[in-house]
Amino acid sequence: MAETRVHSFLDFEKPIAELEGKIEELRHLSDEGEISIVDEVERLQSRVNKQLAQTYAKLTAWQKVQVARHPDRPHCSDYINELVTDFTPLAGDRTYAEDRAVIGGMGRLKGRSVIVIGQEKGHDTQSRVKHNFGMARPEGYRKAQRLMDLADRFGLPVITLVDTAGAYPGIGAEERGQAEAIARSIESCLNLKVPMVSLVIGEGGSGGAIAIAVADRILMLEHSVYSVISPEGCASILWRDGDHATEAANALKLTAQDLMALEVIDEIVAEPVGAAHRHRSVTIRAAGEAISKNLAELIGVDGAVLRKQRREKFLKMGEAPGL
Amino acid sequence: MNWINNYVRPKIRSLVGVKSDVPENLWMQCPSCEQMLFHRDLRENRNVCRNCGHHMRLPARERLEILFDGGSFTEIELPENVTDPLKFRDRKRYSDRLRDSRSTTGRTDAIIVAHGEIGGHKTVIAVFDFSFMGGSMGIAVGNGIVAGAQLAVLQDAAFVVVPSSGGARMQEGILSLMQMPRTTIAVQQVKEAGLPYIVLLADPTTGGVSASFAMLGDIALAEPGTIVGFAGARVIEETIREKLPEGFQRAEYLLDHGMIDMVVPRHDLAATLGRIIDLVRCKERGADGVSLNQGGDAAFGDSNDGSAPASD
Ligand SMILES: [Zn+2]
Repeated sequence: MAETRVHSFLDFEKPIAELEGKIEELRHLSDEGEISIVDEVERLQSRVNKQLAQTYAKLTAWQKVQVARHPDRPHCSDYINELVTDFTPLAGDRTYAEDRAVIGGMGRLKGRSVIVIGQEKGHDTQSRVKHNFGMARPEGYRKAQRLMDLADRFGLPVITLVDTAGAYPGIGAEERGQAEAIARSIESCLNLKVPMVSLVIGEGGSGGAIAIAVADRILMLEHSVYSVISPEGCASILWRDGDHATEAANALKLTAQDLMALEVIDEIVAEPVGAAHRHRSVTIRAAGEAISKNLAELIGVDGAVLRKQRREKFLKMGEAPGL
Repeated sequence: MNWINNYVRPKIRSLVGVKSDVPENLWMQCPSCEQMLFHRDLRENRNVCRNCGHHMRLPARERLEILFDGGSFTEIELPENVTDPLKFRDRKRYSDRLRDSRSTTGRTDAIIVAHGEIGGHKTVIAVFDFSFMGGSMGIAVGNGIVAGAQLAVLQDAAFVVVPSSGGARMQEGILSLMQMPRTTIAVQQVKEAGLPYIVLLADPTTGGVSASFAMLGDIALAEPGTIVGFAGARVIEETIREKLPEGFQRAEYLLDHGMIDMVVPRHDLAATLGRIIDLVRCKERGADGVSLNQGGDAAFGDSNDGSAPASD
């Protein structure tokens, strides 16, 4: 059974929602003492589990996009709260503003001091507005650069949690150099002499995502996506019709499994059956284990070597013999 | 650096290669002042309107002609790469789109890399061809930037990039996004070799191209009226549901916002680039203008790279 009560169901989860609705109904009846429901609930629950396993074993690319954007899916701050002790948030780009679409700071992952940076989408209207739905302005990327410089200065590994629809498209963002901020953030990643591990926890949206994901190890959660453009955006340009997002999602090869096959990412972190929005803590802990394991392999490697290897890794992107 | 042995075979090509198929006596209208312009005149004036100075896009090869000394340069052959790695298909197959673009442009992809001299200094230029799928950046374009940067390092030459691109090539999916760090590394190598990396922003420079190597120039120039930005104007308008300010994302607007060093008219580009490269590469000149650099001057030393200029 899911550890987290799911509040919003995706289209393709409708049969599951119906079954879970029945279970709820039965529980309600049994509370009123009318019938004994243990057997029936068990029977329904096993049907739910079976249905979930079947559905989630063969999600289409577009369904993965929906799962990756699920409002109940754990967000950056959930990972930080659960995995990072002594978390000390740091704010501001020291130039113009504090962009809350990007959160970051210092803390300990399993006792090791690290710098964590990630996009935060928010979980309700108020927090979504506060974090601008996870869409950063240049200040967010400049804050990321600042934190990476700090990491380098104190020899702290960098962990980034990627979850954004993309960089924010706005007048001010353009005027203050959105493109430049992203480019410099990519450069900051490349210059690091400390280990860097990135995990795509939800949506890896284009330049806004890669700005903080040029890492020694790139991990993706099983049902996360990472793409050069959103399926809707791609459909509206290439099909001249946003309704073809399903086809575009397929064509773009944006799932974790696709990216693994393309040799762009290093590891897929499995999610429990029914995905992260049903099993928040289990997913977050699995993510923590995967990050720690990768970090441990990088700790102690000479900074110059790390930097050289990171460059070689990205210099080869697209030249992989597996293509 | 063994890529140079594998891939780069200097190839001498005639400058008067591809002829325009537009009849010479055609008239066309300036999109800015609406004046009727004689096509041949417009071409002679390098696609700048004689009436209002409006800059229309310049074909990639002509760009090389106006920038290199004497219009003389050597194009390099770029490493081959996987085409259509995703087997991408929208309403049309990507492989068909590529084939069409190749046959209309006579080029394998949206970038040309060439070397020659600017103001007497060895220079490598990578120029985008907007007519090839909107100058979009996929693996092949990434290869062009990487090869150009490495050639500059090998030749101890200045590196000039002239982007003209709508951004990443969607049809190569995540692999096109990965060209952003890839090209960033390439230009870092130029900078680390102590060589100047100059970006000349040509219309348009947006998306993943602007958010990587194009915004990392030691010095950034732009042609008048050039659109430079990350997000497309339409996307911004749809998001904020506001009218965009006059001149938004134009070169002059970027200059006002501190994003570029100067806006340079097309006819002054070669001289400006030559002066900048000379200032950073020839650190001392006598009263007679002769270089007083102690050895190692890239421009005036022996250029023993075994390459020949394209013409003259
Ligand atoms: Zn005109």
